[in-house]
Amino acid sequence: MQEALYFVRRYPLGAIGAVIMALFVLTALFAGTIAPFDPTATDAPASLARPGGVHLLGADFMGRDVFSRIVHGARISLAVGLCATALGCLIGVTIGLASGYLGGTFDLLVQRLIDVLQSLPLLVMALVMAASLGPSLTNTIVAIAIPLVPNVARIIRSNTLTLREMPFVEAARAVGMSEARIALRHVLPNTLAPLIVLATAQVGSAILVESALSFLGLGIPEPHPSWGRMLSESAAEYVRTAPWLVIYPGIAISLVVFGTNLLGDALRDTLDPRLRR
Amino acid sequence: MSPPLLVVENLQTRFNTRAGVVKAVDGVSFTLGRSETLAIVGESGCGKSVTALSLMRLVADPPGRIVGGSVRLEDTELLALDETAMRRVRGKLVSMIFQEPMTSLNPVMTIGRQIGESLVLHEGLSRRAALARSVELLQLVGISEPAQRAREYPHQLSGGMRQRAMIAMALACRPRVLIADEPTSALDVTIQAQILELIGRLQRELGTAMIMITHDLGVVAETAERVIVMYAGRKVEEASVGELFARPLHPYTRGLMKSIPRGAARLQEIPGMVPALSNLPPGCAFAPRCPQASAKCRAMEIPYEEKQPGHWAACLYV
Amino acid sequence: MSGYLIRRFFLMLVTLFGISVVIFVMLRLVPGNITDIIFDSAGFVNPKQKQRIERELGLDQPIVTQYARWIGGLARGDLGYAYVSEKPALQEIAPRIPVSAKLAGLALVFSTLFGVTLGVVSAVRQDTTLDYVLRVVSLSGLSLPSFWLGLLILMACVQWFGWIPIYRSTPESFWRELGLLALPAAAVGFRSSALVMRLTRSSMLEVLRQDYVRTARAKGASERAVNYRHALANALLPVVTIVGIEAAFLIGGLIVTETVFNIPGVARFLVEAIRWRDYPIVQNLVMFIALVVVLVNFIVDMLYAVLDPRIKFGA
Repeated sequence: MQEALYFVRRYPLGAIGAVIMALFVLTALFAGTIAPFDPTATDAPASLARPGGVHLLGADFMGRDVFSRIVHGARISLAVGLCATALGCLIGVTIGLASGYLGGTFDLLVQRLIDVLQSLPLLVMALVMAASLGPSLTNTIVAIAIPLVPNVARIIRSNTLTLREMPFVEAARAVGMSEARIALRHVLPNTLAPLIVLATAQVGSAILVESALSFLGLGIPEPHPSWGRMLSESAAEYVRTAPWLVIYPGIAISLVVFGTNLLGDALRDTLDPRLRR
Repeated sequence: MSPPLLVVENLQTRFNTRAGVVKAVDGVSFTLGRSETLAIVGESGCGKSVTALSLMRLVADPPGRIVGGSVRLEDTELLALDETAMRRVRGKLVSMIFQEPMTSLNPVMTIGRQIGESLVLHEGLSRRAALARSVELLQLVGISEPAQRAREYPHQLSGGMRQRAMIAMALACRPRVLIADEPTSALDVTIQAQILELIGRLQRELGTAMIMITHDLGVVAETAERVIVMYAGRKVEEASVGELFARPLHPYTRGLMKSIPRGAARLQEIPGMVPALSNLPPGCAFAPRCPQASAKCRAMEIPYEEKQPGHWAACLYV
Repeated sequence: MSGYLIRRFFLMLVTLFGISVVIFVMLRLVPGNITDIIFDSAGFVNPKQKQRIERELGLDQPIVTQYARWIGGLARGDLGYAYVSEKPALQEIAPRIPVSAKLAGLALVFSTLFGVTLGVVSAVRQDTTLDYVLRVVSLSGLSLPSFWLGLLILMACVQWFGWIPIYRSTPESFWRELGLLALPAAAVGFRSSALVMRLTRSSMLEVLRQDYVRTARAKGASERAVNYRHALANALLPVVTIVGIEAAFLIGGLIVTETVFNIPGVARFLVEAIRWRDYPIVQNLVMFIALVVVLVNFIVDMLYAVLDPRIKFGA
């Protein structure tokens, strides 16, 4: 509790980020209760209703309530963001740890692979994978997770390389610990701090990529409500006549990603002793 | 005797850190005569470097700040100058050499240009004239092929050469006072002697007064005329070099002397550690580590007195 | 220095090779090939026809042969045929490159100018209100989906000026063309400038902490000289590397922005090709994108080697 208050006072921006994330998670978890309408329920007479009254943020051309779709979209974005990041980090940590720790030809190969994969922009890779795998919730998660792997692997690998040379690892070896044990019990926990910072930032990236994919029609398919796809359906045609269709989903995406960035920045400042003032 | 060149009175510098307020320099006073060499000696963390930086007002604010005292260079009160006026003092009247020559030189600027910068700034030389003068200075500090070296970058020079270049840089405008902050600590032992010899020779030739900051009593013996011993931000002893080595009074000084390796004698360390400056106990700061400390030492403010002619110490039992 | 460059060049070739393999594999993750999809949408499968088309496209060959044929073709400049339009792929791709290049160039200029300037200001005035404001702005720049920014810009144009900036492929003059591209470039560049600003700021802060900055102050140099002559020269070195990272960032932004603003560029073509399942085009386009990124990084490396005396005159 003390720690939490200290954090809030020193990193007000980070605290705001944490609050935004908390709101996001709560909205996602209790979407069913919060949303007044079924996000997929069409209602022709209510088509393009203006914000206000029963439709808090208006309705789209099929009469679906924007507010409800945004609330339920939180669930999708959270799921995709968290799962993709978790999957990407899991694979990335394993590869990075193994590569940094084992060294040799394996490490060399992995390094080349990381270089190769990082030459392609995140969106391009995700796009190609999504296109190749076909549109579905799981496929989207995989399509976003895989491009996240190289960055994670690279950072974990460089951390492992530094930690491997540290005296406490040598001490552990001198006591007779097996390499595997050392890797898991000594090296890995020390890479967690930068990993957490990285993961927080990756969640933001994942959400942005998902929204771009859905915007282009290659991401989350119907019937799941996705903020990105809400924007594509309303693009161009309704820009003049129904601006609320463009404004609110975009605000939702920006706000959540903003929250992850604030939180990530604050976490990074906490964990990097050099930057403390 | 001519009036002193530099008079420091009750200098106080504080730092605001997470752990609290640190009194890095807590009421330090001394004088420096023309062409005199004064050494300030102490372990790391005793405040000697901060004192030097305070003289030049180079203490980073925040978190540090000079909160009291006076620093008079001839007739000018340095602490009262505005920043522009102070900048005219730095490099021209008072110069500083730092400990680590590799990181203290700009990696993307040639040596010649870095030395020439103060000449351009303070003496209004053109770039070309400054460069020519830089080459002369490099020769003066004993660097061979100075014209070539002036065109090179710091990483192309060896550690010893870099430190010589720094000396050239500091002495370019013939300052009245040269502050050397551990100039040889980062160098090989063989080079150390050369650099010290160089500094001493140049100082005598140019008539510059010098403040030598060091933790190494050997350096003190070689270079200084007078010594101040600092501990936890305060002076604990002060005397001429000969006097200090012959009759060290303060227990801390005596401890320092004993920890110099001498032949086959056992090294005697001073037990304990330098206290955290944010949380100094009342009374003598050295008391926790002092073999002679009494309850009285821990309770009262220890006066800094002239125990013998020209020899001051802050201890109740000497 | 030349040793350094030669090594980087070889590394570049190896990377390109690796990318081609990765792309090739990525597009064939799911069983079935383009003919399945074509016939799926036609709704009716004639096995004989399917086989014929497969043979035409070389899809009946083993994977490795297919890959070899593709790479061989690339080396010769033969990109194969676009399946949908049945024109040579090169013919489809080439004319779309200039537009994207201009858009990307404009965005790069915009983002570098803005980003570096604001980053330096932010670092020099660390912890002041201006710094906080700039940091929040840059953070939000990174949080906005660039396609949304594009949509908002469109909305603003429509709302306040009553027109939509439509790009015409045969504009009257070069400057007119750039004018039309200015808004989309701003949309793409905004995100990049946020990134550049943050990185410049942290690089500058890092440099300002260095010992040699203290030495410069000890010589009596003015704050301005310290900041711009000593610190900036050092801080800009990593910024040059940042431009390389930006290249990748920009392309992602191009994809959605060209779609939003309806600009007939290479990036939008990629999306179209994916939608039409025109895999030969997709392969070549992604390869092209990768080539651009790798080339830009190589140029950045060369630039870095020239600018940093520690590399130029080998330590």
